[in-house]
Amino acid sequence: MRQSGTQLWAIQRITAAFLGIAVIVHLVTIMIAVRGGLSATEILARTRGAELWFAFYAIFALCAGLHGAIGLRNIAGEWLGLRGRGVDALWVSTGLVTAAFGIRAAWGLYHAG
Amino acid sequence: MAELKVRIWRGDAEGGAMQEFTVPARENQTILDVVTQIQREQAPDLAYRFACRVGMCGSCAMEVNGRARWTCRTHVKRVAQPGETLEIRPLANLPVIRDLATDMAPFFDKWARAQGSFQPKDAADGSVPAEFAVVPPTSKKRAQADAGIECIGCGVCYASCDIVAWNKDYLGPAAMNRAWTLVNDVRDGGNAARLDAVSGDAGCHSCHSTQTCTERCPKNLDPSSAIAGLKRTLFWDSLLGRR
Amino acid sequence: MPDRQHPTYIAFIVHRISGLFLALFLPLHFWALGQAITGEASLEGFLRWTDNALFKFAEWGLVILLAIHLAGGLRVMALEFLGWRARQKDMVAATAGIAIAAGILFLLNVG
Repeated sequence: MRQSGTQLWAIQRITAAFLGIAVIVHLVTIMIAVRGGLSATEILARTRGAELWFAFYAIFALCAGLHGAIGLRNIAGEWLGLRGRGVDALWVSTGLVTAAFGIRAAWGLYHAG
Repeated sequence: MAELKVRIWRGDAEGGAMQEFTVPARENQTILDVVTQIQREQAPDLAYRFACRVGMCGSCAMEVNGRARWTCRTHVKRVAQPGETLEIRPLANLPVIRDLATDMAPFFDKWARAQGSFQPKDAADGSVPAEFAVVPPTSKKRAQADAGIECIGCGVCYASCDIVAWNKDYLGPAAMNRAWTLVNDVRDGGNAARLDAVSGDAGCHSCHSTQTCTERCPKNLDPSSAIAGLKRTLFWDSLLGRR
Repeated sequence: MPDRQHPTYIAFIVHRISGLFLALFLPLHFWALGQAITGEASLEGFLRWTDNALFKFAEWGLVILLAIHLAGGLRVMALEFLGWRARQKDMVAATAGIAIAAGILFLLNVG
């Protein structure tokens, strides 16, 4: 039977592979967006009604949420001694809830009035 | 003759403290020479281990100025200049028996838990196989196995690993290095169970690649790469349905 | 304090700490962007609120943390999945370089 440590490691590496590309795209987007100051008009002009940006940010949010939560799980286990299946479930839930907030924000940017 | 200040940890499982000694600062001496001098001439009840004293057995490993080393292969002048103090402690991450002697049992227990012993595919009952196994030394698997088989179980990597310190179930670099040599041994038939044994939070998936083990190995082995190899094997085997 | 000065160890600590900060920042980030749900005006209002030196400094710090975490992560994945072990120390240096480059690029672009 696959241990949770094995599965969480695999999820973290798989999300990392996607994030590797997504973060490069994100950093480039940031560099361009900050020119002349951040502006809602500029941001929404890019994301409003744009299915591809929405899909990108939604998957990005899911991967980032899970990746971060699994990382926090490792820190909490090794540096705070917080371990166990209950703790793991808590971290995965935290990751999914964070991801949900991210997907909600991506939706907001897609649908903004 | 100039002198050298040496602080040695004295105590047992209940606890202990540093005790200070002074030894003559000779031109050429190793840490083991210093500890031996102290035990022979100053503190006959000092407990410490050594055997070959020529860098072959790994018994003399201790923490010297915060770093695990073979004391017979560490010249004093490499770790302390005249006027500086030497600090010697028992190997980290292991229970102390007394003074500088640690209990190596947990280290070898984990070796066994990682299934670090050869299980022949042919003639598993121990009989002599009819044919020699033909294993080209330059084959990829044999080369990977050969890179790790010189391990003599000295415990320096184990003592140097922070994950071992933070996670009491973690098998540690030596046990997993050994497992990797066997995963790459084409004559071995025990890899299904072995790969299970080295996976998860107690196994390779808790390694964070600090690579301290490889840095410190007195035989210049590379447990970090071995552990990365285990991760790779487990990942692809699972993905491709081989497990 | 035991001897922990070799590059790959420091890289591990940097990767862990940068990840910690990013993971703690992420929910805030999503909440902030979620302002867009109530319309362009409310997102614009929030962005104007961030128009100050302290915020820009924090943004700059986050960009560097993100770049360093990304580069370090790629180094670890190269070791784990590609077995690239020979140039790990060089990769640590390259990671630092990428983070510095990202920081400079941000300063050049922020307006």
